Amino acid sequence: MSEKTVHMKITRQDGPFSDPYVEEFRVPWRPSMNIISALMEIRRNPININGEETSPVQWESICLEEVCGACSMLINGKPRQACSTLIDSLAQPITVEPLTSFPCERDLIVNRERMFDALKKVKGWIEIDGTQDMGPGPKIAENERQKAYELSKCMTCGLCFEACPNINQRSSFVGPAPLAQVRLFNTHPTGQMQAEERLEQIMGEGGLTSCGNAANCVEVCPKEIPLTQSIALLNKETTIYSFKRFFHK
Amino acid sequence: MNNDRTFFWRKLHSISGLIPIGVFLFVHFGINYTAFYGEEAFNNAAAFMGNLPFRYAMELFIIFIPLLFHGIYGIVIARDAKNNLTTYRYEKNLYFYFQRLSGIVVFLFLIWHVGTTRVPAAFGAEVNFDMVANLVENPLYLIFYIVGILMTTFHFSNGFRTMLITWGITANQKSQQFGKMLGILLFLVLSGIGLTAIFAFV
Repeated sequence: MSEKTVHMKITRQDGPFSDPYVEEFRVPWRPSMNIISALMEIRRNPININGEETSPVQWESICLEEVCGACSMLINGKPRQACSTLIDSLAQPITVEPLTSFPCERDLIVNRERMFDALKKVKGWIEIDGTQDMGPGPKIAENERQKAYELSKCMTCGLCFEACPNINQRSSFVGPAPLAQVRLFNTHPTGQMQAEERLEQIMGEGGLTSCGNAANCVEVCPKEIPLTQSIALLNKETTIYSFKRFFHK
Repeated sequence: MNNDRTFFWRKLHSISGLIPIGVFLFVHFGINYTAFYGEEAFNNAAAFMGNLPFRYAMELFIIFIPLLFHGIYGIVIARDAKNNLTTYRYEKNLYFYFQRLSGIVVFLFLIWHVGTTRVPAAFGAEVNFDMVANLVENPLYLIFYIVGILMTTFHFSNGFRTMLITWGITANQKSQQFGKMLGILLFLVLSGIGLTAIFAFV
């Protein structure tokens, strides 16, 4: 009896300072399988293609519906969310690797701290707390809200960082996703009160001007966030602000 | 308070590609094109340029300093990139890669170009039709010119497209598509002028 199987080639790494190696697996096929369910199959029965018992492959995933951004990995060389990547849509053997733009912790788990540091740098939040009740904030116009909603879908998954040619060990580029978040918080009526501070943050070394317009970010973004449009609009905003800063402020 | 001048230098790099370098490129190509009307027309045009008032100041501030700044800072910027065209075969990623490649090729071409025209001129050689005609007699040098011209027109046209983005003029998809069409048009027109001119010397 020949049962249908899924052939996977997984790039593994035992720890942050260990050397990576490739281990192959063959897991039983089931209908509607995604990368996560194949990895769960390996965890259930951690035996590699040579029949040797091995340690289960480690990965991160939370929501399983493409809203948390935790299961980012390279699948057949492309940066994708493992949960929304269906096995039947892929050519076999399926290669699964950790993202390369972030330091690997173990197997498919990477440390995306760089992205969170970038969000801190650009003040990716809305300041609502004072020492007293400040009352309700201003209302947002519906057309603004619709645009802001698209930007708010960002889940900090890091695929745009992975695809960007200007993000690597040599560069200090803040990255596409945090830039789109600047636009999100600068669109918000309360967030607008810190708009210039955010612009100031992205006008330095490794800021907005490190974008080289390769536009890979918008190609790989699983949430279809208008990243290149956001960057272009911020180019306009920062240019206007730079004149204001030089002549008026 | 604010000592980080990155924004200023990057914007200056962007605009310097159009003003003055792009403007100079148009003037230079226009003068070259007169070779199409014959040797005398070109020699008259070259003599007119050579006899412009404040020539050395203009050469320095409109041509040499901006070119050196744009070229050297451009190489610094290109060093930020880790090209990934094999994994991400997207149109704009190709332009991104080619913009950096063409920039370096043009930089090398210009060193040769200045070395074979302005440097001899500084030692007393006359800048005229024969100077270029003697150069392109050598097929290798003719190839240098063809490659140099095409790389220059690509770099300028694509740079014009990205400049519209860098200054926030074309933001949405539709206008960026329009910017791309403008770039293609510029590339075709400038390449046509440049190649017509160089073949007039052959």
